[in-house]
Amino acid sequence: MAGASSWSLREDDSQRIHVILAELLRECNARTAMIVDRAGQMVSVVGEEPVFDSVAFASLTAADFSANDQLARMIGEPEFGSLFHQGEKESMYLADIARRVILVVLFDNRTTLGLVKLRVRQTVVDLRQMFEAMFKRGSAGQPKVEIDFLGEAEDEIDKLFGA
Amino acid sequence: MSMINYASREINCKLVYYGPGLGGKTTNLEFVYNKVAPNSRGKLISLATETERTLFFDFLPVDLGTIRGFKTRFHLYTVPGQVYYNASRKLILKGVDGVVFVADSQIERMEANIESMQNLYDNMAQHGYNLTGIPFVIQYNKRDLPNAATIRELQAALNPGWGVEDPARQRELPDPYHEGESLVEQIEGQWIERAGYFEAVAMSGDGVFDTLKAVSKLVLKSLGS
Repeated sequence: MAGASSWSLREDDSQRIHVILAELLRECNARTAMIVDRAGQMVSVVGEEPVFDSVAFASLTAADFSANDQLARMIGEPEFGSLFHQGEKESMYLADIARRVILVVLFDNRTTLGLVKLRVRQTVVDLRQMFEAMFKRGSAGQPKVEIDFLGEAEDEIDKLFGA
Repeated sequence: MSMINYASREINCKLVYYGPGLGGKTTNLEFVYNKVAPNSRGKLISLATETERTLFFDFLPVDLGTIRGFKTRFHLYTVPGQVYYNASRKLILKGVDGVVFVADSQIERMEANIESMQNLYDNMAQHGYNLTGIPFVIQYNKRDLPNAATIRELQAALNPGWGVEDPARQRELPDPYHEGESLVEQIEGQWIERAGYFEAVAMSGDGVFDTLKAVSKLVLKSLGS
């Protein structure tokens, strides 16, 4: 393998993720649920639209999770399957999905950590099954980007970064 | 690991600036941040020490705009160059689509460059990636300094090339950026490929966009293959 494998998210995948996350939010009364991939890219956002910079948020989430993974190994654990960051009003709960993506749940004091943890457990199982099937599928059968895309993208690069 | 999101019609690509400490990786990102139109880039996030040495990474998202219906974005990352931050350096390579190695041209930094290049190969391998198989360019920074090594010395030490096994690729490939030079060539019966290279003075911005343009075009090409 030269680089990391690419993967793609189809319209129907996105809809299934949306259904699972919306169900989670309803059950635990959290504000927002997100899926971030381990390379730091936002995959899905469901619930209240975040007011912060979600691109930066995704990159920091991936870094946070990766750093904690290494800390886990140092103390003899294969991984920390979940992380919890507690704030005065806003908190976040993060859970690993199939070692490739991270579920992030943002919640405030309208709910409790216990309820979020309880509901996330089933969501993790559902999402894991779904993502494992998606990764197995890889990018096979997906349309590659078109030749025209490459030409246009090169023009945009020249424009943005100076010809 | 570029992710093509057909649902939100987005393509995100991850570029990592690697290299020895104080070589100019963060300066590259800062220059891009200051020069690219504000509506085409996000915030520059720096996880740095109090003395502005990169502790974990710098991050800058740059939007290329919507191309053929796909919102296309590059995520630019730097790694901490200092040797003892290897654990965090390795993490940043996860899911990388393209690498820029920022070398410090000063002759005194030759060892540090070589050590960092070796470390890059090792860390890529530990992720299961092969550096010679992904978009990769080298930037020789600080060309304005009087103690800068020659390009020939730097190339010999950091970019000697790797063997080309695939017969389909065993043909002369001129270096589009350096007249009379080749990226793939036959030397004493062996086909050798080298990474493209650029000279730069990141403080003043010379060569910064040339480097970024070259690696981002290579990354987009790799999406189509």
